[in-house]
Amino acid sequence: MVTPIGTGIDEVWGSLTQGRSGIGTITQFDASAYPTRIAAEVHDFDPELYMDRKTARHVARYCRLGLAAARMALADSGLQPEQMAPDDVGVVVSSGAGGMEEIERGHQVLIDRGITRISPFMVPMMITDIASGLIAIELRCGGPNYAVVSACASSGHALGDAAEVIRRGDAVAMLAGGAEAAITPLLMGAFCQLGAMSKRNDDPAGSSRPFDLSRDGFIMGEGAVIMVLEEMEYARQRGARIWAELLGCGSTADMYHFTAPEPHGYGAARAMQKVMRQTGISPADVDYVNAHGTSTPLGDLAETLAIKRALGERATQIPISSTKSMSGHLLGAAGALEAAACVLAIANDVVPPTINLELPDPDCDLDYVPNQARPARIDVALSNSFGFGGHNACLALGRVAA
Amino acid sequence: MSEPSATSPEPTLDFAEMQKLAADILGVDPEQVQLDVSFARDLAADSLDIVELIMAIEDRYQVTLPEEELDHMKKVGDLWTYLLAHPASGQP
Repeated sequence: MVTPIGTGIDEVWGSLTQGRSGIGTITQFDASAYPTRIAAEVHDFDPELYMDRKTARHVARYCRLGLAAARMALADSGLQPEQMAPDDVGVVVSSGAGGMEEIERGHQVLIDRGITRISPFMVPMMITDIASGLIAIELRCGGPNYAVVSACASSGHALGDAAEVIRRGDAVAMLAGGAEAAITPLLMGAFCQLGAMSKRNDDPAGSSRPFDLSRDGFIMGEGAVIMVLEEMEYARQRGARIWAELLGCGSTADMYHFTAPEPHGYGAARAMQKVMRQTGISPADVDYVNAHGTSTPLGDLAETLAIKRALGERATQIPISSTKSMSGHLLGAAGALEAAACVLAIANDVVPPTINLELPDPDCDLDYVPNQARPARIDVALSNSFGFGGHNACLALGRVAA
Repeated sequence: MSEPSATSPEPTLDFAEMQKLAADILGVDPEQVQLDVSFARDLAADSLDIVELIMAIEDRYQVTLPEEELDHMKKVGDLWTYLLAHPASGQP
């Protein structure tokens, strides 16, 4: 994974457990005129460590990040798709916005210089499915290949769908997750116009503060997080390190509003209930919830209500945290990063904190693991992801007996 | 994509310069760009790469390559011969 809080499992887990924020002043363009001038950027990323120069130039940033994350995941897993049958390994890597910076650049070229100067690579650079295609080409994965798009729930759904591909016997293994790089003039401006982003420009590290009374919006992030999912018996037989089991994904729609969460959290609660029902786990089995928790006033409250509705009394007994307090909101890669946080929590017996939780909102009254990581045995974790459009995805991840 | 600015100096035909321009676009070493080298076979250029290269050539040398000419641009030498025969025509 390539994220604002580190590259690779060790760095990211280090940040998540030490409460390190990846948020700072925007460097990718001049944001001085914007109401929000901060974001969670990936710094010092060298694409040529992961692809040749020509490929790097012909794909959008989200794809460069995605291919890097895919290579890392594959290296960690030890899986070698090039030595397997072409159908065996597929790719479902999602993005919310795709090649946003290339769309904006290409449009400027059209306005300034006309049709004949539009890059012939414009289409493949902009579309949101091309990370999956690029990864298949570079890593020789010839199985099912597409992207799932559901805004900020995209990579939650990508992981859930990829697991189903394996369950139905359509592949032995899947590379799945999300890639996003949308810290661009147009998209930042558009989110500012929505009034959805924090304006705490003078305190970047303190700007993403889920469940805190003074939270004032989310922080845009970028990055790519990709996991290798495998059929359990295949993974056991080849002696793979099995980090955790992806038990299932509950998907629902709010049926309420384009951008606002349904205020009672009904749709989100149904997603949580659905994955528990489908996987045969009860609220008593759930040991940790990684919240969507974007730090918006409405969203964090609605999610708190959803967790209470779905888990009942159990909601008050278990740790719940929003790692977006540190990573910012990776949009279409957020679900995958947070699923990874759950996997690492299970593997390390530690729950990452919600940082910047200084004065809790009295209406958000659960245990959000304020500011300090906490040792805890986690056998089952839920990871919530909600997207514009009212898309809800809740992943269930579980410990695998050694 | 690098774009020459409107104030770039008057273009002159310098083969080494064209080699570097093509090498940048095609992701190869400048020495690989020789007159008898095939874009597709030797430099792994696909049709999109050729379009991108032609755009850069048109900008740099202020020429316009008619679409029907593109089919004849199989080798670096074909492109170079065209450029020698068609000096800068002003606005591309």
